Amino acid sequence: MPIIEVENLVKKFGSFIANDHLTFSVDEGEIFGFLGANGAGKTTAMKILCGLSSPTSGKVNVAGFDVYRQSEMIKKRIGYMSQRFSLFDDLSVWENFQFFGGIYGLPAAQIRQRTTELLGRLGLESEKNQLLGSLPLGWKQKLAFSVAIIHKPSIVFLDEPTGGVDPITRRQFWEIIYETASQGITVFVTTHYMDEAEYCQRVSIMADGKIVALDTPANLKAKYNTASIEEVFLKIARN
Amino acid sequence: MSDTVSIQAQHITKLYGDKRALDDVTFEITKGELFGFIGPDGAGKTTLFRIITSLLKPGTGSITVEGLDTVKDYTRLRKILGYMPGRFSLYQDLTVEENLRFFAGIFHTTPEENYELVKDIYSQIEPFKNRKAGKLSGGMKQKLALSCALIHKPEVLVLDEPTTGVDAVSRIEFWEMLAKLRLSGITIIVSTPYMDEASRCDRVALMQNGKIMITDTPDGIRKSFGQELWAVRADDTYRLLADLRQFKAARSAFPFGEYIHLSLKEGAVTQADLISSLKSMGHANIGVSKIEPSIEDCFMEMMKKSE
Repeated sequence: MPIIEVENLVKKFGSFIANDHLTFSVDEGEIFGFLGANGAGKTTAMKILCGLSSPTSGKVNVAGFDVYRQSEMIKKRIGYMSQRFSLFDDLSVWENFQFFGGIYGLPAAQIRQRTTELLGRLGLESEKNQLLGSLPLGWKQKLAFSVAIIHKPSIVFLDEPTGGVDPITRRQFWEIIYETASQGITVFVTTHYMDEAEYCQRVSIMADGKIVALDTPANLKAKYNTASIEEVFLKIARN
Repeated sequence: MSDTVSIQAQHITKLYGDKRALDDVTFEITKGELFGFIGPDGAGKTTLFRIITSLLKPGTGSITVEGLDTVKDYTRLRKILGYMPGRFSLYQDLTVEENLRFFAGIFHTTPEENYELVKDIYSQIEPFKNRKAGKLSGGMKQKLALSCALIHKPEVLVLDEPTTGVDAVSRIEFWEMLAKLRLSGITIIVSTPYMDEASRCDRVALMQNGKIMITDTPDGIRKSFGQELWAVRADDTYRLLADLRQFKAARSAFPFGEYIHLSLKEGAVTQADLISSLKSMGHANIGVSKIEPSIEDCFMEMMKKSE
């Protein structure tokens, strides 16, 4: 069953067409990679899917809600994490979870229970009173991801979640993504690491505001006759 | 000191409070080299570059660039350096051309005088020379920043994470520009968190937690891996990873795209053993082949060793 449904989405800024008739859907529990060169229109589309921006035209449904009329409902049902927007360095780990749990409107008991559960999964219970700013970047990224799913959203949007992270932590991060998806949370992810695109069940590649390719990594490689998604990406983006 | 040495760093340590940003870093870079510092955020790359460019003083240790000490001779040093910081730091409300003219002017020169050096790069953004820098796309900003760092014909070019957050195509284009620039004989040092960019450099230093783990040519680093490495695939990658980690003979197993790179204990199993045990675990479409390690394989191996 699709959790995201997009039909002929168009977004214009003046005469500039940032999203040009996008049509795609994402299934519940799927890990969906959203790729494209800088300026291809990924951020614009993600903002619309998160209910932060309205389309110029087209039909967009996220977690069962319409983006034009029910964007506030969408915001409650999604989680968002990016390298840029993360947690508060001068709050402790525990306080960060309390704060964001509160923002999502969870009752105090549930925040406590989810915090304990998520910290346990990362093996970071003993760090809960540490200031976030004192922790290594890799831990912060994993904590930011956990906070983004504290309210058990239908979908979590990850905008370059592993940028700048060391190669071992980057791989641990993907194991957490797999685990999350296996619990039924849909993962919608952008990345500049092309090997990570291969960890997705399906990937779409945008160029000049359009989706020019959308399939499983294996099918894309077969179609473009390449050994890796990186080569597919280069073939598409260079045209 | 030999006259072929461009940058020499000896036992550099830098503390922020009680955090060691740089921990006894020593290296030597030859004139005309394209040298890469490769490591994740927090490895100490930016701190090191700020010390090399005289914007920060080292805690202990010293660095000379073209024979000039970064602390004592900083005024002379700055004239021969071109520096592109990690964050876009041009004037957003000046046009493309105004930015270039401004940076040339600071160094008492003009864009016309050194045009040859930047021509290849600047000509790509010249059609937009009257556009404000803040209105450029990411790739064009990058080209302008590189032009501005080069316009005074520096002897050493310092590029702090020029490709971070940049898409795969623009990254390749940027490295192609550097390869051309290198032919002019300028010494170039680059930092990057992308391990695959190491192969573009003459030599690289792999950095982690303020330390240089190894300095060598990309090939030299690959040779230092010293283990047999296998690329293994099957239909269910996630389960395959879990199963390979349970293998008694496995030293490490890391996912790389659709493959898992598996390093085995010396002479523990053959390729045929491996395939038959994976079959018995119910895996389908199994592929096993011996591969050369990538820089990323080496980086992870060294991270594990240093733990």
